Amino acid sequence: MNCRRVRRKFVNALVLFLSGVAALIGLAMLAWILTDTAFKGISAINWDFFTKLPAPPGEEHGGLANAIVGTLILTATATVMSVPFGILAGIYLAEFGRGGKLAAAVRLVADVLTSAPSIVVGVFVYLALVRPLGHFSGWAGAAALAILMLPVVTRTTEEMLNLVPDAMREAALALGAPYWRMMFQVALRAAMSGMLTGILLSVSRVAGETAPLLFTSLNSPYWAVNLNQPMPSLTVTLFNYAMSPYEEWHSLAWGAAFLITMSVLAFTILSRLWLRGVNRERS
Amino acid sequence: MKSLGENANAEPMLQNAEAATSAQNNRSKKRKTMKRTLTTLIAAAFVALGAPAFAGAIVITGAGATFPYPIYGKWAHAYNRLTGVKLNYQSIGSGGGIKQIKAGTVDFGASDAPLKPEELDKFGLAQFPMIMGGVCPVVNLKGIAANQLRLTPRVLADIFLGRIRKWNDPAIAAANPGARLPRRGITVVHRADGSGTTWIFTDYLSKVSPEWKKRVGVGKAVSWPVGVGGKGNEGVAAFVRRIRGAIGYVEYAYALQNRMATVRIQNRSGSFVAPAADSFQAAAAGADWERAPGFYMVLTDQPGEKSWPITGASFILMHKKQAKPSKAREILKFWDWCYRHGAQAALELNYVPMPEKVAQLAEAMWAEKIRGVNGERIWPAN
Amino acid sequence: MPQDEHNGRAGVEGVNAAPSAPGVGRSAGDAIFRFLTTGAGVGLLLLIAAMAAVLWQQSALSRAKFGWGFLAHAVWNPVTENFGALGAMYGTAATTAIALLVAVPISLGIGLFLAELAPQWLRVPAGTAIELLAAVPSIVYGMWGLFVLAPIMGDVVQPWIQERFGDFFLFSGPPIGIGILSAGLVLALMILPFISSVIRDVFLMTPSALKESAYGMGATTWEVARDIMIPYGRKGIIGAITLGLGRALGETMAVTFVIGNAHELNFSLFALGNSIASTLANEFTEADGDVYLSALIELGLVLFLMTFVILSVAQIWLRRMGKREGR
Repeated sequence: MNCRRVRRKFVNALVLFLSGVAALIGLAMLAWILTDTAFKGISAINWDFFTKLPAPPGEEHGGLANAIVGTLILTATATVMSVPFGILAGIYLAEFGRGGKLAAAVRLVADVLTSAPSIVVGVFVYLALVRPLGHFSGWAGAAALAILMLPVVTRTTEEMLNLVPDAMREAALALGAPYWRMMFQVALRAAMSGMLTGILLSVSRVAGETAPLLFTSLNSPYWAVNLNQPMPSLTVTLFNYAMSPYEEWHSLAWGAAFLITMSVLAFTILSRLWLRGVNRERS
Repeated sequence: MKSLGENANAEPMLQNAEAATSAQNNRSKKRKTMKRTLTTLIAAAFVALGAPAFAGAIVITGAGATFPYPIYGKWAHAYNRLTGVKLNYQSIGSGGGIKQIKAGTVDFGASDAPLKPEELDKFGLAQFPMIMGGVCPVVNLKGIAANQLRLTPRVLADIFLGRIRKWNDPAIAAANPGARLPRRGITVVHRADGSGTTWIFTDYLSKVSPEWKKRVGVGKAVSWPVGVGGKGNEGVAAFVRRIRGAIGYVEYAYALQNRMATVRIQNRSGSFVAPAADSFQAAAAGADWERAPGFYMVLTDQPGEKSWPITGASFILMHKKQAKPSKAREILKFWDWCYRHGAQAALELNYVPMPEKVAQLAEAMWAEKIRGVNGERIWPAN
Repeated sequence: MPQDEHNGRAGVEGVNAAPSAPGVGRSAGDAIFRFLTTGAGVGLLLLIAAMAAVLWQQSALSRAKFGWGFLAHAVWNPVTENFGALGAMYGTAATTAIALLVAVPISLGIGLFLAELAPQWLRVPAGTAIELLAAVPSIVYGMWGLFVLAPIMGDVVQPWIQERFGDFFLFSGPPIGIGILSAGLVLALMILPFISSVIRDVFLMTPSALKESAYGMGATTWEVARDIMIPYGRKGIIGAITLGLGRALGETMAVTFVIGNAHELNFSLFALGNSIASTLANEFTEADGDVYLSALIELGLVLFLMTFVILSVAQIWLRRMGKREGR
């Protein structure tokens, strides 16, 4: 008896130790990559970076102002396009599709879609939107990003809803709430924190994507806020700059990488704070 | 000049922003909530940013080869300050450029590999050369400085075929008397992605080595007999710098910017030349553009004592029949400006401008071939 | 939803206050709700059907020319227009397997750490930090792999391994620091934040009543995790891993920088290889031959099918496991 207890304690300590080590490794890698990016990127970030248009190599005071605005517009449009759609599909899988054949197919398809290489999605949107319309456009770029976000939002919504205890649902339904009200006011609220993680992850995923934009929204060195025209983006510019031979462009590329990472960080923290505020107000 | 242009662009934007903001403010003086101000500001920003697009500025979209991306960007930037014309060139690869101009999603395409005359005819396209550059083999060998190592075309091909595997091979030593070549194995580094640079390089190897032509051939991507693939010129440069005993090939600007050890290659006239702007120009000057139908001309292995043998030109593709003649004229005016005033900028970025003779040939071709839908002349512009 | 913010238990009270007759309004609302959600699900199905159809149609040339042989040989020669997918298929499978083998245990560790072990003050910053890794553009991972990881692998790790197990076929070949293993490790790092942050959320959603009762019976933290949290969140954990798996299968940029991009079939972990996604990213923009383009698109189709098969097999296997556990 005592021996077994010692063993249990030992196994526990071992596992806890390993999990701590795993977390440490993860955090160390994170610190490594982030400091690397920060170190190389921060020197490129100054007032010009945020306010000026791109300049050719050899000229000073070039910035990425148009690309920053373009990326914001593209990502926001993609989020608006994909999140409601994804949440609805996730609700379908979690609530109405338990055990059904159709739901199984939708689930599988969503998982397959997660692995679609971003360039394939780009090519698909190119063939479906750009070629028939005859020009590159911000809409096409946003659509490609939305397709990439969709499966992540869908599946995390489903997973998180599945974890909401049925007792909570039943309690609300027993009080006479129609199903949809129960969903929006009980189940979705309970699952919100996890769903938010899913949405944030999907935004992070597309914020750094180049391939789906290359053949859809293209890029531009000028101001462009019209979604019907080619639209500048940080990632395509970053890619072009990183692959160029010029030192000052490399530095701008690292600056862009750093900015993307930091913006997602800010976005993550703000939405978590917002969610906490909402939760606190409610309880 | 610089600041003038900037102000000219900035002012209308500012005025628009102010106008929009004040108009909004007058209308909703009473409801000055935080939210509203924010919305107004965003709206004003959109109006301001969107305004130039509606002001009738000419917007030209082009896409294609990666190699000329920096110089086309630089030209467009300068031209935009002069004239307000917005030329947007994006590097999506030569293959992409050809596909896009065929599909009609862009106003012009750009490619590092020229299209054959019959293919031009098939798709109703015209092409002309715009800018040149050189591809240079680079090595990483301890004690071997830039342009110290000499390679014959035969040896270069055999290295990339995997037939010569050690740096102290007698074939290499024969051309380098006195050099201390290490016993180290050779690691070949090539491009992993499809690339016009690879097209030029393999075109050269095919011209000088029958075995290369038979076993590997010419292409933007080929089935390499040996070696490691790096992504982009930067990737190749990174591998060559890191792997002792490596040899790779990059565009001249990358070799310069990364301070890599280039080598001398024996050209058709038998002299060992080093890569440099004047040896690229020598290769272009020796070329007989006049007798190249559709400007189908590959500048590798050109005659001339000083010619760098692995030189290449980058081409512009446009439709022969232009539905919007006025826009086409603006595009041609831009290229004309580049031919006339772009040389300095090109040399600054380690490119080689086209000789004046070639520019004249190209403009004569515009006048003859590029027409409106009803056959009306587009060029000369006046 | 926002207008209910000030109203505590709006969900329940609001319903009772609703003027509509019970039954009628409710079923209409529910019908619309059900229609909308099902529509979204079907929409997703249609979307991927459209993608598959486009890929199928665009790859017609290559399918006609190579037939099933496309899947059986590893030649990739754009000049002679002779193409086979086997090398890229192997590369995709191998790098993904390595990535999952490395990332899943670490992610479980991180998830457990963040949900149960870490001191309260550390949980949120550490969790956010891990999520942040997902936001780093993939080209940065690629560059990091090329400039930081590859030298370490090539100068330290690979020579060390070869000194000890040099004869074993998995570790043959010149140690230049790039190849299948390095690509797998970079991928592992890329999917780590995806898997671990979802797993953390799954762990956090375990009802505390379940955990408390187990602790109350004297269970250790590990036992609670093993017997309560992991089984309770099993589906969520699988979902998280699937997410990472999908990302690993389809990642382009990061792999391209470190895999070596050689179209060959070599089973050494140190050998250069190629994955389907990296081949597409490398060659699609420059491909100009019709057969070449078509073969690249068929490669995309093959990736779809591979994913489909892998996920289907995984689900069947999971269902069986579920039955054995009596779920």
